[in-house]
Amino acid sequence: MIPVGFSYRRASTVDEAVGLLGEYGDEGKLLAGGHSLLPLMKLRLAAPEVLVDIAPLADLRYVRTDGDTVAIGALSRYHDLHHDEVLRQHAPLLAHVAGAIGDPQVRHRGTIGGSLAHADAAADLPAALLASDGVLVAQGPGGRREIPAGEFFLDPFTTALQPDELLVEIRVPGQDGVGWAFEKFTRRSIDWAIVGVAVLGQSVGLINMAGTPIRATRVEEALAGGANPAEAAELAAEGTSPPDEPHASAAYRQHLARVLTGRALERAAGRVPAGL
Amino acid sequence: MSVMGTRVVRIEDHKLITSGGSYVDDLREPELTGAVHAMFVRSPIAHARIGSIDVSAAREAPGVVGVFTADDLDIAFAPGPTGEPWLARDRVRYVGEPVALVLTEHPYQLADVAELVDIDYDPLDAVIDLDDALSGRTLLFDGTDSNVAGGKAKPFDEKLFDDCEVVVTRTITNQRVAPAPLEVRGAACAWGEDGRLTMWLSTQNAQIARDILAGGLGVDPGTVRVIAPDVGGGFGAKIGADPEAVVLGWASRRVGRPVRWFETRSENLTAMTHGRGQRHTVTIGGRRDGTVLAYRLEVVQDAGAYPRAGAGMLPGFTRLMAPGVYRIPRVEVATRSVLTNTTPIAAYRGAGRPEATAAIERAMDLFAAEIGMDPAEVRRINFIRPEEFPYTTPSGASYDTGEYAKALDAVLSAGGYAELRAEQARRREAGDVVVLGLGIAAYVEITAGDGMGESGRVDVNPDGTVTAYTGSSPHGQGLHTSLAMLLSDQFGVPMDKITIRHGDTDEVPKAVGTFASRSLQLGGSVLKQAGDQVIERAKEIAANLLEASPDDVELNVDQGAWQVRGAPSGGTVTWAQVAAAAGEDGLSADVWYGDVQPTFPFGAHLAVVEVDTLTGKAVLRRIIAVDDAGPVVNPVTFQGQRHGGLAQGVAQALLEEMSYDADGNPTTATLADYPFITATELPDFELVDMATPTTRNPLGVKGIGEAATIGSTPAVQNAVVDALAHLGVRHIEMPATPQRVWQAINDAREGR
Repeated sequence: MIPVGFSYRRASTVDEAVGLLGEYGDEGKLLAGGHSLLPLMKLRLAAPEVLVDIAPLADLRYVRTDGDTVAIGALSRYHDLHHDEVLRQHAPLLAHVAGAIGDPQVRHRGTIGGSLAHADAAADLPAALLASDGVLVAQGPGGRREIPAGEFFLDPFTTALQPDELLVEIRVPGQDGVGWAFEKFTRRSIDWAIVGVAVLGQSVGLINMAGTPIRATRVEEALAGGANPAEAAELAAEGTSPPDEPHASAAYRQHLARVLTGRALERAAGRVPAGL
Repeated sequence: MSVMGTRVVRIEDHKLITSGGSYVDDLREPELTGAVHAMFVRSPIAHARIGSIDVSAAREAPGVVGVFTADDLDIAFAPGPTGEPWLARDRVRYVGEPVALVLTEHPYQLADVAELVDIDYDPLDAVIDLDDALSGRTLLFDGTDSNVAGGKAKPFDEKLFDDCEVVVTRTITNQRVAPAPLEVRGAACAWGEDGRLTMWLSTQNAQIARDILAGGLGVDPGTVRVIAPDVGGGFGAKIGADPEAVVLGWASRRVGRPVRWFETRSENLTAMTHGRGQRHTVTIGGRRDGTVLAYRLEVVQDAGAYPRAGAGMLPGFTRLMAPGVYRIPRVEVATRSVLTNTTPIAAYRGAGRPEATAAIERAMDLFAAEIGMDPAEVRRINFIRPEEFPYTTPSGASYDTGEYAKALDAVLSAGGYAELRAEQARRREAGDVVVLGLGIAAYVEITAGDGMGESGRVDVNPDGTVTAYTGSSPHGQGLHTSLAMLLSDQFGVPMDKITIRHGDTDEVPKAVGTFASRSLQLGGSVLKQAGDQVIERAKEIAANLLEASPDDVELNVDQGAWQVRGAPSGGTVTWAQVAAAAGEDGLSADVWYGDVQPTFPFGAHLAVVEVDTLTGKAVLRRIIAVDDAGPVVNPVTFQGQRHGGLAQGVAQALLEEMSYDADGNPTTATLADYPFITATELPDFELVDMATPTTRNPLGVKGIGEAATIGSTPAVQNAVVDALAHLGVRHIEMPATPQRVWQAINDAREGR
């Protein structure tokens, strides 16, 4: 479990981090919480030549309201998000999902920006952000730009971020008064989701049902057209292409997507808004 | 007041918790100064001929001290056509098999150098499926005509089920699992100037390891010293020494430097032996009144790539314990072990007995379902009765003592069986999505079934403290606490004046160690015998000091002092005084306990599961257990063994399986893929106490290390099936994964 040799640079400002990314290009890799990247490196499935450590960038660790929007610093850790009063009040879905990731050790290390930039279709936050109509703020040498969540996840482990861009902030519309629910199907509490569903109002994000996190658009259209949750949920697997593995076949995952979507929609409809 | 049976906090824990203990990788012994670091290059292919191995680039890499292959080894390996080489020669037979050894100055250099060892593999067909292996289409070993490594298919007795009104048969898989101890395998070794090898090894049996090392290296056992430091779990997979240890001892001699090694977690999951791995065909027959008349068990044991304990020992225990707790007039067992291109199978918590119990307990439920009788009632009808002990089974086991019906009634009563059945019926009638399942398992197992002895020595030191040397080799069980309690009780010496030592072959040259739940019944019994001898000798010395006849002298255990019987005011002599007066030889007894008689712990488990019929997920809600292993020395460590056993047993039923694809690639080679159980998947354990002594050792105790594992696995599996019985489901294989349960529901609904 010893990675291939690499160089280590520690960034003390966002500008310095962006500069280092520009300097190393594809050979550089950002290190935040390290709970996805470091295991891959130890298994020698990833071998970046340079690690740019952004953990010291404490000014990217915040949750605040900005008008009707909730702004989350990219280096905010899951544990902090789960316990953040502002987030629990204005974006309870994200606060809840952050508390359902992995185990306490993971939640004390992992960051929201790290999870989103890693873009694992089996991760929880990307689908929750999709359902939240979030926006990702990236900073590069030319300044900041905003990327809607729906345009961020391109392929497995591939995002719209440029090699010299750093994800600095995540913005979601305030969710006050909107029903929400999260259904994560695992064998053990610490596992990655076999399938997961995040619902916010009539938006539905699916975990592990394609190469990227996706929206269940057929379900959303049906709901908009007046279908009840049970009817709409029947469409949850439309257009999906989940992994087909011995312990969970594609057909089984599609079945789960329908069941879990139905449950999530019902729970979201019945949930007292703005609370966990 | 006696300390026996009281809740004494483990004396091991202060060190383990506050200073982290001293596992192999923590050792800073001066002998290991300047050690080189070792890593094995392992086969990435399940079955291949080795074309060539080019180590030239690796030998030139920075920090390399040595790169060795089988051609470098000048030591003989196990004879016979299926002998396991120390390093693969000519052919590899499983993913993870060691092929080369790399030594470097620094540990971080190892993986880079290992990648430079260029091995040319010429792939062969991988033999993974048991029927494929039995067919012998592809043979693992040249010079053999079959992959069968033990046992044979016996001709079926066609009359076995002749008078049965009902006969049920089914093939059941008892899947392969990984022991996955918290501490992976590790070793550190050095040759001294005296020509002796000292190896610190993460092992359950230092003395067996010493003999394996000496045999492998071709040296006298006296030349080898093995020390087991703190060991972080073994579960049977650290019995003795693996081939890696022999290679490390050889390499240390070759390069003339100490060597340190520990494996990665992925290596551990693929290269440490696995457990279980049996396929059962059970056939059970009897009358509609619930009487079982005949039982046949055919076992195909997956032995893995090389015949280790999986070849003979495991199926042997399965055979012996096949009829379980029942008086079945006719029992027939046939076992075969077959080699496959997978990690070798050896002992794992229960080692053959959990498999036997799983088979008979599933068979009883199948029989009960067929005749429409409650599974508890069928068991009651067929239990061996208390007055029938000692009871010899048709498979040849001689059970000592048992109260099987009492154990079952105790868990049913504690669990509220009737109320649970009512709740189950209510949910079914209401059409609830989440249904309830009740699973019962009644079990008996054999502990200390190895028949080997154990050593124990007790010294009373001149300062009145006691030092005991045990041949047992605790590695997490808390045995130091239990043994110190025994001696404290026997000698009247406080526990903090008693030291237990184990695991150093120079201190304890002859011993067997810890496996088969043998340690308290053998290691404890022999210390009691040694203690008795010390007390006999002490009595004479005390009598001298007290100027009384030995017959008039007694040990006052409350005070830990010797006195004249009936004249307590006449003065006492302390253990220190007695020891000081013992003369040159000291006050000591060293005993070998050779009259080993196995004991037969038993119990009953009731598991309550909820199954989500839409997702297929089964969740264990309650488990109520009787694990009767006779009198309890320390309820803390006793319960600890039951807790761990329950967890691992439940894990096999619901979660764990070490699996391979058709080419023999392990698909569960990291802990991200291999789902060991965690606290969040387990309910509080509801433990019901029963203590039926054995007559077969001086302490009256049986083993508890494996018992709860054996009962819990089939109880949980039966519960999952029971939850879906109203849909027509009769069986679900382990682990009962959500997909498998969902599939079973679909199949039942579609009448498949």
